[in-house]
Amino acid sequence: MNPAINSALNSGMAPVATPWFFYALAGLAVASGMAVITRRNAVHSALALIVTLLSVAGLYLMLYAPFVAGVQIIVYAGGIMVLFLFVIMLVNLDRSSKERQFNRMWPVGLAAACALLALFTSVIVKGKALFPDRMVPLAEGSNTQEIAKALYGDAGRMGEYTFAFEIASLLLLVAILGAVIMTKKKI
Amino acid sequence: MPNFIMSYLDSKDAMSPGAAGSQFWALMYVLIIFAGVSVAVICMNWIERKVLAHFQVRLGPMRVGPHGLLQPIADAVKLMIKEDIIPAEADQFVFWVAPLIGLLAAFTVYTVIPFGPSQAVSDMNIGILFMLGVSSLGVLGIVVAGWASNSHYPLIGALRSSAQMVSYEVAMGLAVVSAILMTSLNASGTGTLSMIGIVQAQQQQGVWFLFKFFPLGLIAFAIFAIAMVAEVNRAPFDLAEAESELTAGFHTEYSGLRWSLFMLAEYAAMIAVSSIAVTLWLGGWMRPFLHLLHGPVWEFFFSLFPGLTFGGLAAIAFIGTARMPAHSFFKVQRIGLGVFAALLGFTALLLLVIAVAGRSADGSVAARLNEGIGYVYWFLFKVAVFMYLFIWYRATWPRYRFDQLMRVGWKVLLPISLGVLILTAIVGVIAS
Repeated sequence: MNPAINSALNSGMAPVATPWFFYALAGLAVASGMAVITRRNAVHSALALIVTLLSVAGLYLMLYAPFVAGVQIIVYAGGIMVLFLFVIMLVNLDRSSKERQFNRMWPVGLAAACALLALFTSVIVKGKALFPDRMVPLAEGSNTQEIAKALYGDAGRMGEYTFAFEIASLLLLVAILGAVIMTKKKI
Repeated sequence: MPNFIMSYLDSKDAMSPGAAGSQFWALMYVLIIFAGVSVAVICMNWIERKVLAHFQVRLGPMRVGPHGLLQPIADAVKLMIKEDIIPAEADQFVFWVAPLIGLLAAFTVYTVIPFGPSQAVSDMNIGILFMLGVSSLGVLGIVVAGWASNSHYPLIGALRSSAQMVSYEVAMGLAVVSAILMTSLNASGTGTLSMIGIVQAQQQQGVWFLFKFFPLGLIAFAIFAIAMVAEVNRAPFDLAEAESELTAGFHTEYSGLRWSLFMLAEYAAMIAVSSIAVTLWLGGWMRPFLHLLHGPVWEFFFSLFPGLTFGGLAAIAFIGTARMPAHSFFKVQRIGLGVFAALLGFTALLLLVIAVAGRSADGSVAARLNEGIGYVYWFLFKVAVFMYLFIWYRATWPRYRFDQLMRVGWKVLLPISLGVLILTAIVGVIAS
């Protein structure tokens, strides 16, 4: 482990980020991610996707980002996946399980996967030059407060990302209104 | 005494075992909470049947043990030895795993529930977010159970339940946010999501958030109190298991132990959401009138309550023993109830002795014990009020129709909670 992080951990924070946890969570994420695309039954795929999302939330926790982990659980595992299941349950699974599972685009997919693999390999090989050598983790106890300061600003000052955040929320609002209007026959 | 036990107990500054990094005590707390919740669910089972019966001018369970006190144990034994049926057409694995999802979600949230300033397994920075997130995973168990049964009524129950939970989560989340906004009304202007931090904010501001910015806190609390009933699928929002329409809804095909796991999860989730309400609006572990009636005399007066509660229960049990018909048939029951009353009385005596011995806040063992008992007692007392309300609702209100349920959720609760949130923010900015 990085010595800078090590010293930061020793000064007050309990070292939860042991490699064992990382390998367990990453392995779980990859295995369940494979299950998502290989299961014939769509509900099984959805359940495997929930496991993937939860293990990614665990990885966020290991990166000292508890707020992101909590939001991941609420929004993806608790909200979106329930809606997914809601729709999948109404689909006739008997018919879909007899259909061909993968289409003929696999060479394109293979090329994309190879490109991604090359990218990851180059990051692993040359990563030291590309990324900052050390990153002192934020204190776990004030993580949420730091995010709030970055998004909304602190003590009358505009935050670093306030403008981008507001634009994004405006976009989402427009999308919500669009969804409501499209479902209405008469406005 | 091993070092890892004492190192946590010796530290004078109170913190939860999770914060102190004491794995042994964290495990102990987990075991205590697990056992406590299981016992509470068993008690709740008996109380619900008795109270519902008395609401309807019936007697309720009377045969197994005095006043049916042993009925929950008989039920548990029955459920455990009952045949466990998995329908032939069901999805075996998902059918098997569904009750466990609900149970895990219901029990995991107890890690952050603050029974006292240090009486919690751990204090997470994202406490309330964690609770809402994990308890929202509970619906997955219901949805998946309904689907895996491969039967019509469970599927309809599961669909209803998922639509209902997704709808009411929105209003619930907005009500929670307006309470979290109130935690930021301090000198530094930063709020907190930690469950312990939320209660400490109420302590610093000297008011329960229920009464803060009257009536805004009250309205937010009312919205949460309605949404939480919908969230745990209890009457009048129990459309997912409406017995008059759907047999038993999502758990129609379940039997025996698996079915009892669903019940365990439901009651554990009820206690968990009640704890959220108590933490956010009712001052958590704080005793009533903490800032109005203070001083050593009042402290002592309120520290007598745990002992007096058990004393009252013991008195009821003694009266029951005395009024038992004088027939040889009731001999065993009379002895049993007498012993039970004696146990309750002994607990009451012990608590009163601790209250008297620990009345001076000098940091002695008795004083610290007295303090801790006070915190846990008042927290559980407030949760118990909610649990009684759950029974009261069930006895009082007829079930909603599904379109009414959706209308209340989206057209009434959601706009009101949005309005309360905006008003709370405005009043908070003006007040600070």
